[in-house]
Amino acid sequence: MRQNNMVAMILAGGRGSRLFELTKKVAKPAVYFGGKYRIIDFPLSNCANSDVDIVGVLTQYESVLLNAYVAKDQNWGLDAKDSGVYVLPPKETDDAGFEKYRGTADAITQNIDFLDTMEADYVLVLSGDHIYKMDYSDMLNYHIKKNAEATIAVLGVPIKEASRFGIMNTDENDMIIEFEEKPANPKSNLASMGIYIFNYKTLRKYLVADEKNADSEHDFGKDIIPSYINDGKALAAYRFKGYWKDVGTIDSLWEGNMDILDPKSGLDLSDPGWKIYTGDINSLPHYVGEDAKISNSYVNQGAIVDGILNHSVIFANTVIDKGAKVTDSVIMPGAKIGEKAVVTRCIVADGVVIGPGVKVGSANSENIELVAKNRNE
Amino acid sequence: MLNALGIINIEDSTVNIAGLQDYRPVSAISILGRYRVIDFMLSNMTNSGINDIQVYCPKQPRSLVEHLGTGLHYNINSKKGQLRMLFNENATGSDVYNNDILHFINNIQYIEENDKPYVIIAPTYMIYKVDFNDVLESHIENENDITVLYKSVDNAKENFIGCDCLTLEKDKKIISIEKNRGKYKNRNISLEAYVLSRSLFLDLIKLASKTSSLFWFKDILNDVIDEYKVTGFQVRGHVECVNTLSAYYKASMKYCNREGVQELSQPSWPIHTMTSDSAPTIYGENASVKNSLVSNGCTIDGSIENCVVGRNVTIKKGAVLKNCILLHNVYIAEDVKLDRVVVDKVAIINHVRKLEGSDLAPIYVKRRDRI
Repeated sequence: MRQNNMVAMILAGGRGSRLFELTKKVAKPAVYFGGKYRIIDFPLSNCANSDVDIVGVLTQYESVLLNAYVAKDQNWGLDAKDSGVYVLPPKETDDAGFEKYRGTADAITQNIDFLDTMEADYVLVLSGDHIYKMDYSDMLNYHIKKNAEATIAVLGVPIKEASRFGIMNTDENDMIIEFEEKPANPKSNLASMGIYIFNYKTLRKYLVADEKNADSEHDFGKDIIPSYINDGKALAAYRFKGYWKDVGTIDSLWEGNMDILDPKSGLDLSDPGWKIYTGDINSLPHYVGEDAKISNSYVNQGAIVDGILNHSVIFANTVIDKGAKVTDSVIMPGAKIGEKAVVTRCIVADGVVIGPGVKVGSANSENIELVAKNRNE
Repeated sequence: MLNALGIINIEDSTVNIAGLQDYRPVSAISILGRYRVIDFMLSNMTNSGINDIQVYCPKQPRSLVEHLGTGLHYNINSKKGQLRMLFNENATGSDVYNNDILHFINNIQYIEENDKPYVIIAPTYMIYKVDFNDVLESHIENENDITVLYKSVDNAKENFIGCDCLTLEKDKKIISIEKNRGKYKNRNISLEAYVLSRSLFLDLIKLASKTSSLFWFKDILNDVIDEYKVTGFQVRGHVECVNTLSAYYKASMKYCNREGVQELSQPSWPIHTMTSDSAPTIYGENASVKNSLVSNGCTIDGSIENCVVGRNVTIKKGAVLKNCILLHNVYIAEDVKLDRVVVDKVAIINHVRKLEGSDLAPIYVKRRDRI
């Protein structure tokens, strides 16, 4: 049965150009993370675990793989009669022709028909490129309790870093009174996580009005939230405590992976009460050979490890050959590290082959090296 | 699609995997970390394009039923195909009567109502790869009445004890079937997998049930061997027969090496199973791992060598495990030493400091045991 009348809309159209070759052929939400997953598994699994049964995924950039991936809704248990994952790319329409999504708000506006059909009372807007575990049903209860028109999830960040985020200034009841995008002198450290719950009826009116506004960038942060504040609508801040990470750069993607190996990071993917679900593969358990040495590492099924692993994350169907040394690195699916190769502080992209004896990356590098092409020397 | 009804048969009392079999049928026993014994034969069937499969369920079917579910994860079409579990609903009190013939007779309407011209019957405890398209093709081409899968082996003195073995003529016509008592090392071992027309299958099970209430399908086959054209079909790859605890142990170890893993990792012939959505395995600072097959969801900080490790197993620092098979959710406390031990699921080994079995008699630790 349908467990509540909240429909999730995951914004998954972004390119993630700071991930370079990793997003050349796939959108950022489809990028691999954590030995087994893709980034979008996190919001999708959160939905499944939060009893949000209907999820629209708004895709745009390089969406062939992403569309095919999320359409298999049984992977997240969202295939019951009243649930489903709906792939929503931009479409040609009678009145406007073919238009791509012009902003986060426009992406929702263009799918008003979908939300109408699903008879949504609440719309949960999510971004498809963050790593975190959150109970959205708890956030909905808070939203209802606060009697808010919209609720925005916020995260306390160090005040020094606050000027990198969209900052919410709140009153003593945690109601939002002001929104500042990347303020030079932040008044608060509550950063927007890009997670919103809206009462659909009101949101629908704002979206329709926004569509007609020629000056609008059709963005939630820049346009919709400020108009809500201007009109004095009740906006609540929902304080989130726990692990949250934007993995939009090679360094932060690497850090996110390394956080799994650090029990203090708060990123625990093995909690049986809040599993992260993902596409199933047929590989055997991973095989560790006679000459392997493994410490502080995360290894997925289908890997063959005969080399030396230290503080690394190893995806499915990889081969780490005899004598190879992988340190502080992320080896994505199907990559092969040849005999005696040395990989240090790298992300090796899926399917990449590092030849025998080849050295990539360095222990002293300032940035993590992305290895996206085969290396033979 | 292969135009045949797949039948996963039960096994007779020659198959006895001490301990493990007390809790579930052989078909539902965990093997190689993430699989159940039945996965191999079911994958043979679905990879061959059989979309209509009956699984005969013996006693204690709970874990088997849970594992099979709708069959979606075996690649069976959820509308056109069917994975049907059939139970011996009128089972008699005494086990000697609960043979495969009684199972078939009790469910005969589901075989009669089926519209496939052929049936392909196989038990689960023989693990091998076969494309049933090749078998059916040869069956039709040679105008066989019954095709029997077999494997010519040279280790029948120690393995395949109690299995049927075939005496073949040059053209592979089977002239007699007898039990392997371990007298000779070279034997043609019957895999107890048969291809025949559905109508002949129905005739034979009715005949068997009239002849003797103790008969298995293989007994009636032996009875009528002179009346029909019964021909052997040899499977190519190697065959593991999991019919005792030590055979289960040996079969597991056989695949616990790089060649074994690669043999089972053919993208064109996947082994399907039910996923448990476990996270990858985490190795701690003190972990030491050699020649082992390790499933997802484990936390390993101890030392393991030549081990097959199931899902969500914890091995604490200082524990030393050699030649062990651990089923899922097993917990091994600090400094425990195990050699040649099979640990059933959810068992906790805490206070026992040392257990040592042998290849022929590995020690078995019971399900949910706390020792």
